[in-house]
Amino acid sequence: MADIPAFTPVHLLTGFLGSGKTTLLKRLLADPALADTAVMINEFGAVGLDHHLVERIDDTMVLLQSGCVCCTVRGELAEALRDLHSKRERGLVPPFTRVVIESTGLADPFPVLSTLKSDPVLRHHFRAGSVVTTVDAVNGLAQLDTYVESNRQAAIADRIVVTKADLCPGNAALVRLLSRLAELNPDAVRHIAAADGPGADALFGDDTAQRAARLQSASGFYCDAPAGLVTADGTPHQAAISSFVITVDTPVDWTGFGVWLTMLLNRHGERVLRVKGMLDIAGEDRPVAVHGVQHLVHPPVHMDAWPAGERSSRIVFIVDGLDPNLLKRSFNAFALAGKAADSPQPEAAAPVRNAQSP
Amino acid sequence: MCSLCGVIGGDQHWTDAAARPGVYTRNVERLDRRRERARRVTAVNRVLAAFGMGLSDWQGSSFVLATRTGKSEMIEDLGHLWPAAERLAGRPCDPLDPVLIARMESVSDG
Repeated sequence: MADIPAFTPVHLLTGFLGSGKTTLLKRLLADPALADTAVMINEFGAVGLDHHLVERIDDTMVLLQSGCVCCTVRGELAEALRDLHSKRERGLVPPFTRVVIESTGLADPFPVLSTLKSDPVLRHHFRAGSVVTTVDAVNGLAQLDTYVESNRQAAIADRIVVTKADLCPGNAALVRLLSRLAELNPDAVRHIAAADGPGADALFGDDTAQRAARLQSASGFYCDAPAGLVTADGTPHQAAISSFVITVDTPVDWTGFGVWLTMLLNRHGERVLRVKGMLDIAGEDRPVAVHGVQHLVHPPVHMDAWPAGERSSRIVFIVDGLDPNLLKRSFNAFALAGKAADSPQPEAAAPVRNAQSP
Repeated sequence: MCSLCGVIGGDQHWTDAAARPGVYTRNVERLDRRRERARRVTAVNRVLAAFGMGLSDWQGSSFVLATRTGKSEMIEDLGHLWPAAERLAGRPCDPLDPVLIARMESVSDG
């Protein structure tokens, strides 16, 4: 039986209404690779679990034949997760090593990630894993044009699964959708769903290892050619979501970068859908990877080595209506080494003296 | 929880991530931690000067944010800094504000 990891990853399965989340989940639930997984869904009925169902743990939880725990979320997600954690500790459910949450079609996935980080119990036992977004090949383009939720779901995804590709008449529409998704989120891996793939491991496998490995691919990023601004050709929000890369050769000052990014996310967090980068930190031999979704930034990852011959900082931003040039200028002014650390400090307000200060 | 004052620890901010395998943090040795806090105070003060505020370390455990008129607030980490700074300043602290960027650029060059 697999050991319980210190921090159980929580993966999120999201996608627009009718984009095939449940169909995908239904197929995955039968996969033995998902055996050590707890899945949280909105209702059993929708997934049609009956014939898989072997054991009912309680009102909201069942144990599937594959060994996977499945539970429905009633009300608070945090409560459901705490309950699941408690049951695992007491040995009432098998020791699952990851959690997959199916979110509703219209929900903004961000609050789920935020819950994991702020809940006093959960944040010591769980961590955010991958976000998998399903996009319907037939209606996907129209949804991206019309609904801001659909854009956000695609933009924050780590993996995108294009469903119903077999129903798509001709190849042209599919190609258009894929290139549109690449513009929105150059950094996500795109899968096309078929009867037998992508498997559970491809979607919910070891995300940290993959995240770091991908950052260390030959190009450093798997978006080799980041798309420029999406041209204004329709509804305002659609035109506004864009992705770009900041590349700098000067080492980054870690402290200055932290100050800058927290300041940026405090003011514009809702519009910074994604930030992901590999940084050349002043005084560090190895690269450091940062990864953030809206207001939430994952703990920075210390990577093993630089990809051959490439030693420069690269940060991908996916933003909703922020000016890339202004952002680049701001980054340069705040976060580059040699500026933040050594320059004379401008006159700040008088330091606070209080009884406790030495 | 701090046994001295009984304050329950807040969120762990990514800039203060706990040392775990694979995680990059300067929150390791006592000296590194204190040095990083000192650098952070300096870096934050470069920005806060534009808003007539300053930050100082408090006992190596929190920070005190204060305006020139003496309004002050204790904050835990960088995650709490900017909302508090905006409250005390009464205006947004926007890193994309061209005036602020120009100021930061001139400070760096000077």
